[in-house]
Amino acid sequence: MTATPGQPAPAGADERLLRTSQLRKLLGRPELGSLVGAVAVFIFFSIVADSFLRATSLGTVLYAASTIGIMAAPVALLMIGGEFDLSAGVMVTSSALISSMFSYQMTANVWVGVFVSLLVTLAFGAFNGFMLTRTKLPSFIITLGTFLMLTGLNLGFTKLISGTVSTKAIGDMEGFASARKVFASEWTVGGVELKVTILWWALLVAVATWILLRTRFGNWIYAVGGGADAARAVGVPVIRTKIGLYLGVAFAAWVSGQHLLFSYDVVQSGEGVGNELTYIIAAVIGGCLITGGYGSAIGSAVGAFIFGMTGKGIVYAEWNPDWFKFFLGAMLLLATLLNAWVRKRAEATK
Amino acid sequence: MGAVLAAVLGASLMGCSSTGGKRAEDRAAQAAAESRSAVNTPRWTFAMVTHSGDGDTFWDIVQKGAKMAAGKDNINFLYSHNDEAQQQAQLIQAAIDKKVDGLIVTLAKPDAMKDVVAKAVKAGIPVITVNSGSAESKQFGALTHIGQDESIAGEAVGDELNKRGRKKALCILHEQGNVGHEQRCAGAKKAFDGEMQSLYVEGTNMPDVQASIEAKLQADKDIDAVVTLGAPFADAAVKAKRTAGSKAEIDTFDLNAKVATALQDKTLGFAVDQQPYLQGYEAVDLLWLYRYNRNVLGGGRPVLTGPQVITAQDAAQLAEYTKRGTR
Repeated sequence: MTATPGQPAPAGADERLLRTSQLRKLLGRPELGSLVGAVAVFIFFSIVADSFLRATSLGTVLYAASTIGIMAAPVALLMIGGEFDLSAGVMVTSSALISSMFSYQMTANVWVGVFVSLLVTLAFGAFNGFMLTRTKLPSFIITLGTFLMLTGLNLGFTKLISGTVSTKAIGDMEGFASARKVFASEWTVGGVELKVTILWWALLVAVATWILLRTRFGNWIYAVGGGADAARAVGVPVIRTKIGLYLGVAFAAWVSGQHLLFSYDVVQSGEGVGNELTYIIAAVIGGCLITGGYGSAIGSAVGAFIFGMTGKGIVYAEWNPDWFKFFLGAMLLLATLLNAWVRKRAEATK
Repeated sequence: MGAVLAAVLGASLMGCSSTGGKRAEDRAAQAAAESRSAVNTPRWTFAMVTHSGDGDTFWDIVQKGAKMAAGKDNINFLYSHNDEAQQQAQLIQAAIDKKVDGLIVTLAKPDAMKDVVAKAVKAGIPVITVNSGSAESKQFGALTHIGQDESIAGEAVGDELNKRGRKKALCILHEQGNVGHEQRCAGAKKAFDGEMQSLYVEGTNMPDVQASIEAKLQADKDIDAVVTLGAPFADAAVKAKRTAGSKAEIDTFDLNAKVATALQDKTLGFAVDQQPYLQGYEAVDLLWLYRYNRNVLGGGRPVLTGPQVITAQDAAQLAEYTKRGTR
């Protein structure tokens, strides 16, 4: 976030120019609309739910947001690059299942399973990117296929190997304790319990932001999202960029999957379906355009935070949870409208 | 007075149904006294967090029972649910954050709930587990467990199928990942003398459930019994049986109004009920008893609400209760 300088510099005519350009920069940020929304949602729940403002509640909300945000960051990058990934939700479950079952069946140190799972999950991502760039089919179709295949593989393999629909406990195996520290530990800061996923989330958002704003690859992402043919014409490696983006989503799915495994020890094979839309919604609330070429990683984090606040805020406010999806839908529309309005204003001032 | 007036008005209007509909429901609601607090204990807050998906009949009945007890016991009752383990754990955490006076949880995915339930116990919140998790309840530090032992319920089904001379049965699992469902089918397999196969269907997609059962019945004409694990699925199985032209008898776990009428007209063979209303009611009431008098029921063993095998003649007595949605 850039702040407008409070004190005008004693220089002459340049100073006003500088200030408007700073302001314009701020207005042009994709996440501005969602930030306004986040503040509004926060204030709203602070008023209607007295337990929402407790420090412990904030820890819970942050945790809920981080489990979405870890995935929303690379999904936002992918959407800026003009593509979708509908397999992101079940890929998280796949990654956890692979890790758990490999360790158990091979009686290997848990870290071996974690590493194997990383390779296989990245292979899923590479498969998505490779199929997309080779077949020229829309990513919606390609990843829908992957989504269905992974859903079936999750269940089929788990049933085949474990004999039930969930994996066997690996909590008593070597390496579990250290892996749990990395992926699912928590510590208490002044009475607030903070989960390690919040750190992973911050790290991924920081890396994604750095890539977008400070590297050549970031420029390529905007370019392929804005128009793949034009990007190719000016020498952007479109294929490599898109495969790279899918690898990013796969990496985050691996992190989320390991978190699932090491916080709960046992993984249910049927889970994760539907979460891919949650990640997309978080990215869109955060200012990503469905059509690509515009958005930000910080926005995805704000979107995830709004998601976490709403989901848990309804519980703290003691409302009937039957209405949660309704609020979510309304919020999505409002946020997108707000984003569009802010963007228009920003472009008008240029 | 009001009811009489409404009836007079209604009869004088042409084209109105004199049976059923919204008006009959309203009359029944008026007749049923508002549940008013019968005790003068402080207004405690109890939260119930289940693994149910959206819009589930069974959990609606559990809630009705819980709310009835909450009304009597002067309890502020909160309900939340999610079918993803991670989300359910977060909802339990949210209830702990709220510093509720009592917690009711389901342990369909026990390993995922372990840590968060331990946190609740550590925070001094009395926990009662319902419906699923009888094996883990005590170990997690819950006061007691209220529900049916799924293996025993499964065995009851197996025995009943033997009694009816069935040879080849099909067990329909509609919620992949639910350990309790696996136990039901395993229990039925164990007690059943004939052959039993499992079939997984997508419970959130009813037409798909029906089509899957249909395909299975068409493929294997020898199947003479189909066991569904939830009341809404019995209806889909009946439709599938008709389309497939199969001779199989349809039996089910759990009850609802449709199952009760289907039992009476012999469309269904039998139902195994676990009395969901009782699970909700008892959970709230036992928490109240614990807070008020430190009473704990069950002597360290699960308090069983089932299985109760219900056949055609029993169903007749239950019809009015299933209609109002409490059985």
